[in-house]
Amino acid sequence: MAVKFDLNEREVWDGNYAASQALRQADVDVVVAYPITPSTPIVENYGSYVGNGYIDGEFVMVESEHAAMSGCIGASASGGRVSTATSSQGFALMAEVLYQASGMRLPIVLNVVNRALASPLNVRGDHADMYLGRDSGWIQFGAFNAQEAYDLALCAFRVAENHSVRLPVMVHQDGFITSHTAQNVYPLTDEAAKKFVGEIVPVDDMLDFSRPVTYGAQTEEDWHFEHKAKQHKAIMDSRSVIDDVFTEFKELTGREYKRVESYDMEDADVVIIGLGTTVETARVAARELRAETGIKAGVVAIRCFRPFPYDEVREALKNAKSIAVTDRSSPGGAMGAFYNEVSAAMYTSKNRPLVTGFVYGLGGRDFSIEEAKRIFTEQQAHADAGYITTDIQQFSGLRGPKLGFFQTDRS
Amino acid sequence: MTEIRWHSRAGQGAVSGAKGLGDVVATTGKEVQAFALYGSAKRGAALRAYNRISDEQIFNHAKFMNPDYVLVIDPALAFTDNIEVNEKESTKYIITTHLSKEELITGIPALAGKEDRVFTVDCVQISLDTIGRSIPNSPMLGAFVKVSGMFELDYFLENMARVLAKFPQKIIDGNMAAITRAYNEVK
Repeated sequence: MAVKFDLNEREVWDGNYAASQALRQADVDVVVAYPITPSTPIVENYGSYVGNGYIDGEFVMVESEHAAMSGCIGASASGGRVSTATSSQGFALMAEVLYQASGMRLPIVLNVVNRALASPLNVRGDHADMYLGRDSGWIQFGAFNAQEAYDLALCAFRVAENHSVRLPVMVHQDGFITSHTAQNVYPLTDEAAKKFVGEIVPVDDMLDFSRPVTYGAQTEEDWHFEHKAKQHKAIMDSRSVIDDVFTEFKELTGREYKRVESYDMEDADVVIIGLGTTVETARVAARELRAETGIKAGVVAIRCFRPFPYDEVREALKNAKSIAVTDRSSPGGAMGAFYNEVSAAMYTSKNRPLVTGFVYGLGGRDFSIEEAKRIFTEQQAHADAGYITTDIQQFSGLRGPKLGFFQTDRS
Repeated sequence: MTEIRWHSRAGQGAVSGAKGLGDVVATTGKEVQAFALYGSAKRGAALRAYNRISDEQIFNHAKFMNPDYVLVIDPALAFTDNIEVNEKESTKYIITTHLSKEELITGIPALAGKEDRVFTVDCVQISLDTIGRSIPNSPMLGAFVKVSGMFELDYFLENMARVLAKFPQKIIDGNMAAITRAYNEVK
């Protein structure tokens, strides 16, 4: 019997601690881990909960992130509730195995504390690792603060383990900005959390010796395509399950989550659409700018990066005139990936707004309220002119000469 | 919104101080944020820690701030770090030093003319006397409680004792004494 953990109704937790408490309350059976900054405390804390008797689980230390995800696959295929955490280079080393986990339809929950990818070496937050996982067949949730890192981790188990989903889920939080920032967090009681998450009901678990199964079989051109198409359909079909889990979570806690979040969008002309903590900073900027200048600024945020909420993005932006899409990952010779996805969604919309892209915040570069206001104001200039008056791809917060690419063809 | 910036060296406890302050402030029903700029900093390297305190949920995640309070817990950093960066006309400085306020301001041109906004307290000596080690974060909290008037001393001590509950009684007592002495000695 696990030792009772003392929780207050209101705690001051950072994102790492919040995520580790969710793993404790979800009664995770196995964590296989190789620690890396800034996500280390998540698995470290789980290990201490096991060591101190707060949870009846198993903490397995391995020699690399590749091995960590491999171990998670073994434990999950055996029928256990499984989770781990990683960041950056660790995520990159895990990449090969991420595809194995989703292809085998294993409901693993991976807490990703987003961090830049080297080189140059950098421990701070950007979304390079999150983008690296975007085609891996995992569901991806984004938290904007510590409370959400906790809430979404609990929701992640419900979605992953749902028998009509059976897919692994990543819960992303921003390195340092969320993971190492202590804020008020209002946790569920252990009883309420356990009741919400429920017990895992395994499918095709390998420890059921009366019914032997094969994981990771080989398929060539005869069946590989059909498997991948089925997997794609599964992640598309998870949308309604995610919505149901969020609805149930709201009934329990009052905290509402949607696959796309909209703030001050009722009458917004100009919009910043973003991921992670940037969303909340932009919300403050939108409110202040409305009061200061009358510019109708709004913010749209992606809560569920995969499956990409194509319909909900179009709906949220249906009255927008000019949109700034913010990519916190170096696109390496293209437009930002997020810019491309939002643009693709809006190309098939009725309003066809102007869409510009900003690469920003790489390696933890600060994103300030003032910069968000500057971006909104620039969008207003585009909306007034009826065309994009700046470079289509710009860099926000970059030192040195202004850098930008591509212009509207007005010939 | 009240914003606080700590100037410290890694190992002096600014991050713990900021988190401890956040913990206590949260018990009053306010929303708090505590974070630091460090990462791969080594012990002794200059770092900055930050607090935000508000009646409403805090959405601003930027590191940039115009602080209401600047807390300097390493005596030398007052001279070598740009402690006045992004200040406001109302920013209050609490600086740990063994110097008198006049001597300190003479040595730091950026503080000239700000006599009524500069407060001094010898957090290093106080922590050596009460805790037995140079841990200037706790005394700085006592000085902050006095200068800000945000809490009654007794209320703060009571809640800080709860935050420190996992430590041995001797350490808790030392910290309580350090906070109290700095509260009384800051000027």
